Amino acid sequence: MHSESVVNDFVVKFANVNGSGSASANHLFAKAVFRSGVPVSPRNIFPSNIQGLPTWYEVRVSEKGYTGRRGGADIVVAMNAQTFFDDVNEVESGGYLIYDSTKPTDVGVLRDDVTFLGIPLMDICLHEFGNITQRHLFKNIVYVGALCALLNMELGIFKNLIKEQFKGKEKLVKPNEKALDIGFQYAHDQLGGPIDFRVERRDLLSNKILMEGNDALGLGAVYGGATVVGWYPITPSTSVVEAFSKYADQFRVDEGTGEQLFSIVQAEDELSAIGMAIGANWSGARAFTATSGPGISLMSEFLGLAYFAEIPLVLFNIQRGGPSTGLPTRTQQSDVVSCAFASHGDTKQILLFPSSPTECFEFSAQSFDLADRLQTPVIVLSDLDLGMNDWCCDELQWDDSREFDRGKVLDAAGLDAVENWGRYRDVDSDGICYRTYPGAHSSKGAYFTRGTSHDSDARYTESGAAYVENVERLLRKYETSKKYIPKPIIDYTEGKKTSYGIIYYGSTEPALRESLDELLEGDLPLNALRIRSFPLHAEVYEFIEQHKTIFVVEQNRDAQMRQLIISQQNVDMSKLVPILHFDGTPITERFISNAIKDYLDPKVMPFSLGQGKRAI
Amino acid sequence: MSYMKKPQFRHPHIVENDIGFTRRDYEGGMSTLCAGCGHDSISSAIMQAVFELSIEPHRIVKLSGIGCSSKTPTYFLGKSHGFNSVHGRMPSIATGANLANKDLFYLGVSGDGDSASIGLGQFAHVIRRRLNMLYIIENNGAYGLTKGQSSATADVGSRSKKGETNIYNPIDVVSLAIDMGATFVARSFSGDKEQLVPLIKAGLMHPGFAFIDCLSPCVTFNDHVGSTKSYDFIREHNRAVNKTDFIPMKNEITANYPEGATEVIRSHDGSELRLQKLESEYNPVNRAAALDQVVRARQSGTVLTGLFYVDTEANDLHSVLNTSSKPLNQLNKNQLCPESDKLKSINESLR
Ligand SMILES: Cc1ncc(C[n+]2csc(CCOP(=O)(O)OP(=O)(O)O)c2C)c(N)n1
Ligand code: SF4
Ligand SMILES: [Mg+2]
Repeated sequence: MHSESVVNDFVVKFANVNGSGSASANHLFAKAVFRSGVPVSPRNIFPSNIQGLPTWYEVRVSEKGYTGRRGGADIVVAMNAQTFFDDVNEVESGGYLIYDSTKPTDVGVLRDDVTFLGIPLMDICLHEFGNITQRHLFKNIVYVGALCALLNMELGIFKNLIKEQFKGKEKLVKPNEKALDIGFQYAHDQLGGPIDFRVERRDLLSNKILMEGNDALGLGAVYGGATVVGWYPITPSTSVVEAFSKYADQFRVDEGTGEQLFSIVQAEDELSAIGMAIGANWSGARAFTATSGPGISLMSEFLGLAYFAEIPLVLFNIQRGGPSTGLPTRTQQSDVVSCAFASHGDTKQILLFPSSPTECFEFSAQSFDLADRLQTPVIVLSDLDLGMNDWCCDELQWDDSREFDRGKVLDAAGLDAVENWGRYRDVDSDGICYRTYPGAHSSKGAYFTRGTSHDSDARYTESGAAYVENVERLLRKYETSKKYIPKPIIDYTEGKKTSYGIIYYGSTEPALRESLDELLEGDLPLNALRIRSFPLHAEVYEFIEQHKTIFVVEQNRDAQMRQLIISQQNVDMSKLVPILHFDGTPITERFISNAIKDYLDPKVMPFSLGQGKRAI
Repeated sequence: MSYMKKPQFRHPHIVENDIGFTRRDYEGGMSTLCAGCGHDSISSAIMQAVFELSIEPHRIVKLSGIGCSSKTPTYFLGKSHGFNSVHGRMPSIATGANLANKDLFYLGVSGDGDSASIGLGQFAHVIRRRLNMLYIIENNGAYGLTKGQSSATADVGSRSKKGETNIYNPIDVVSLAIDMGATFVARSFSGDKEQLVPLIKAGLMHPGFAFIDCLSPCVTFNDHVGSTKSYDFIREHNRAVNKTDFIPMKNEITANYPEGATEVIRSHDGSELRLQKLESEYNPVNRAAALDQVVRARQSGTVLTGLFYVDTEANDLHSVLNTSSKPLNQLNKNQLCPESDKLKSINESLR
């Protein structure tokens, strides 16, 4: 047992059966922590199934703002009989387990270092609520009410959230409040009130919001001016399109006519989805598609066409786990290489790696500018952890004076002003040529777009020289792209010299920041570089140059970013130590810190370079 | 964007259409197809149809997949934007382009391999979605470009040039199109320009998804005795259900049609389709009857041609989605990008 209570630094884990209505109750709890002004990071761990299988919801409360997954749980709300024994084992020593004590069981014998708190949830709901659905649903709200008392939280916060949630459906407010009160009272009267873990009100979140990455991508696409969406449902990317649809309904319906200033088409498959986005971009509308896993493989032929015919395209890839159907509801960063070179032949794509919902919003809006400017696909690589969980992140900002960058497009006047226009003529020597939209001019600017080899006037050619000239220009354009895509962010540890560096990207950010602090505390300062886009900037190689050893932290098996680093420029490979986590759960601070400590500890078996530390 | 055509000096002998364009304005590059290929005749029918319709060439968008047939957009309408996409996927490109700009005419050209095999899914789904376009399959029962393999439209028993007999059931793209909800469905023959040109005109002007299955013999790989897609076989077995004439709304009706044998189908824009009935009982406004007619003919080994079905109440994807009357690609930042105060309230809702 703890001698004194632990404030604002613990993990609560809910074990539920999916389809039981627990998700919104658990979310209510997380949001109440947020409203208490304390950083919180909820994570949904769910199966690829609709009803009946186990799901978990982990809520990390961290005053220090550590929002990566911590691992372990101090309080487990065990609502799933199927996983009950595993869930008991999951509780950290000194922790608590909350369970439904309707049927008398002797749980106390299972562990003597854990406090068992029984609430007869089924029994209570049977007496308090009339219909069967309510009985099931309110069980969840009752345990949330109990948690409120146990963690010494303010019941008013929960009640306000309920009122907001059921705005317009006031009938539902009362029974929900009743369920909260029942749980609260029970914990207070029967369980002895607050336990050793407490949430204390702080004011740490004044400029923060709680948002899912996919929600932010969808909203960013509205701000970025997207008007055409082709898509095919697949977890975990579906909610990007749902978010776009939600915000477009809010902001893109003409008030006078009711007409939609956007169009969303659910395609018959991913080939069609990306084809629609390419066709629309070709015609001068901003368009995107979103997909995951197998969808990316299916889109690859079209990605090559858009690359070679130089058509703007925005593709949101919300990565999930594994080859083939893999781990459809788990997270990884394992499409990095396949996206960088998506499609056959010599193809290279532009990748962006957002690491928070805030950055998802920014990169989403920016990706449309980049695609138009560079006339090529821009693939935004997020993942399930970032995409489908609420992250505590900086609030969103938008500068009203910002204009769309439509890139090099000639309209009728533009065409009249130039002599001898040709679609693929590199008149500015930056590899980017001038394009036209269909119908732009009554007699000029028409050309034939093709995926076959073409000369600078878009005419079909099988000439080797013309082909070489064209693909070398594409390389020039790729080089130019570095001027526009987001640069890496480098953090040098203040005041301390170190010969160790870390390179990482995407959703690894929160766990990695925490790890840097942890290692620094153990007197191991590390400099860190976060890659935000591909192709890689010179800064990445300079950073590698400056250090003796670089840990490359990734969430895939094959050290894919490390592969990209060594494929783009001459670099001493032996310096790059891969730290790889790929079991489908989000990477943790503990994993990163331990891997680095082990590597540097002479007592631990030396790991062979190129193998690195892997998740077990 | 301007659709105004500058007046140009022309030799007095050269025929101009209503908007001052000559036939040459609708031509494309030199064809590289085999001499006698049916596809070239279809290209010339397209040029004639667009010329006669007096559509400015830049208002047409040509789209295709991959195949000899899909190459043809290079050989007509050189002043129109074109998009030669990937094998079997033209419909999705057409969908995106059309969603971006509803004000242009979309003409898709595909092959039987492109649409009935690799692209069957996209073909079926673009019909379901009622995309406003004219979709022509240049149907030769074979893969021309990959040297003559049988395609999915080859009839059972039809022999390939190598002497192999097709044993698989054919896919009838016409009955499929009728069944999927196409609102204009016809079959024609590259060797019958008189029938084909009016159908292309009517199909282009149709305000929904229009489909023409155009039999188009491959002289190099599928024009021999034993093939059911050869010139000789089609000529011998062709039976036309009707003869179409398309009269744009602005034209006065001058032709004389025998009473009773002519069906006049009026569109909302005032144009007329005049159908001279060749089969006395046939009425092309009934989907079930059209399907019945097509299936019966297939069973009897007849190559049925003509306009099988037309829906005068046709609508398109944009009306289903209720998209803006101004093309989406012409909306500006002020119309598309919410202001920052909107973002403030979103931030508030996320706390
Ligand atoms: C994905 C893919 N698979 C195969 C091919 C090879 N290929 C090119 S054209 C063609 C068949 C074309 O047949 P059809 O559409 O009937 O056109 P035709 O040449 O007969 O006019 C094939 C299989 C390709 N281009 N792309
Ligand atoms: S191979 Fe056949 S389809 Fe291709 S161009 Fe020659 S005749 Fe036409
Ligand atoms: Mg063919």
